Amino acid sequence: MTGYIRLETIDLLLAALLLFVNGGLSLALQLGLAKRLAWAAARMVVQLLAVGFVLKALFAAASPWLTAGAALAMILFAGREIVARQDRRLAGWWAYGLGVGCMAVAAIAVTLFALTTQIQADPWYDPRFALPLLGMVLGNAMTGIALGLDTLTTTVARERPAIEAQLALGATRMQALRPASRTALRSALMPMVNAMAAAGLVSLPGMMTGQILAGVDPVEATKYQLLVMFLLAGASALGAVLAVLGAVRRLTDARHRLRTDRLAR
Amino acid sequence: MLSVRGLQVPHLEPVSFELDTGRCLAVQGPSGSGKSLLLRALADLDPGDGAVALDGTDRTALPAPTWRRRVVYLATDAGWWLETVGGHFADWEAIAPALAELGLPGDCRDWPVAQLSTGERQRLALLRALAIGPRVLLLDEPTSGLDPDTTTAVEALLTARKRAGLTLVWVTHDAAQAARVGDQVRQVRNGALVAA
Repeated sequence: MTGYIRLETIDLLLAALLLFVNGGLSLALQLGLAKRLAWAAARMVVQLLAVGFVLKALFAAASPWLTAGAALAMILFAGREIVARQDRRLAGWWAYGLGVGCMAVAAIAVTLFALTTQIQADPWYDPRFALPLLGMVLGNAMTGIALGLDTLTTTVARERPAIEAQLALGATRMQALRPASRTALRSALMPMVNAMAAAGLVSLPGMMTGQILAGVDPVEATKYQLLVMFLLAGASALGAVLAVLGAVRRLTDARHRLRTDRLAR
Repeated sequence: MLSVRGLQVPHLEPVSFELDTGRCLAVQGPSGSGKSLLLRALADLDPGDGAVALDGTDRTALPAPTWRRRVVYLATDAGWWLETVGGHFADWEAIAPALAELGLPGDCRDWPVAQLSTGERQRLALLRALAIGPRVLLLDEPTSGLDPDTTTAVEALLTARKRAGLTLVWVTHDAAQAARVGDQVRQVRNGALVAA
């Protein structure tokens, strides 16, 4: 690694001055954002610093149990986010359980695959590789699952007469819910498709930018970014398919009835 | 023969009746009294206890989709899942005579569903249900959106199908219609299905 420029506290303070531009703008134009801006900035500083120290400690310990604990905490937080992003959610523990379950399966499978084949960290659970990878994979699986479930439940609630008309004419639950499942999966996978199509032209992906700033050769950084994009695409597709199929089953029953009563009011 | 024993329906006491093949049971009563829920329960579209059998075969012995192709529920304002009318029918040619009988133009195959009037939707949904070839048809106010002439045409069409062996359960708020179409007439009164 060559050319890595270490940041001093004074550098950050100078950069933080830019926030005062936003604050001044808010006051001058009466946008009413000044307080929320200050709060959000303070939260960000505390959260990121805390994560930095936690990661440092985890990397130093390099313990499989601590790493697994951190991974579990990340998964549970992401699960809460999935629930919060749904307008019409499944009633009871299903909204959380289904989201977390599918996300955990998809993210863990994809991360383990990368750690044991492409990255070949030693030991394989080395938190310096496992946690950042899991974080990126988890974030994308979370978005895919949240969008997929939200689209499915709103579509099913809206299209209830059309779905029941098909069921009443002898369609199976998979046949009757196929249009809704398709819409849900399209919307779940769209952000990933867009991100891949725009990568490099419109946006330089954050991880690649970070590696370049850290002094890595751009072509090497690109290879890492490609690996990560493939992992992200795989995780969001796997997670979204599991979640949407699971929700289709939960929204119907063994007698092929539509059970919108299993959506929270 | 359709036989129903102790069928649980919300707002109604457990329902029992027997209906011979090729007969029509008219169920009359005020709206909101549970008539539609009775039809949904017969088609197994809502969960609920009770025994329903067709020609001696209990519905639990059949996969639900098979049961619902034999005992078809037609909602008052049934849904549509494709853009145009034609896609909802497996064999458009087969329904051509019935289209004319119900006063629908033969070229409505390519019409967008969204442009149909309530009455057109209702008649086309009836033809769609008949096209499945049900043995029992559960009709929920099938003429609510129709003018008197078209109502007569629908009643005539269904009576002809009944003579050919189709069994009907016909829910209506209209006592006169119930008397016209029903071989048996029952009323929903105070949550019970009683003889009119």
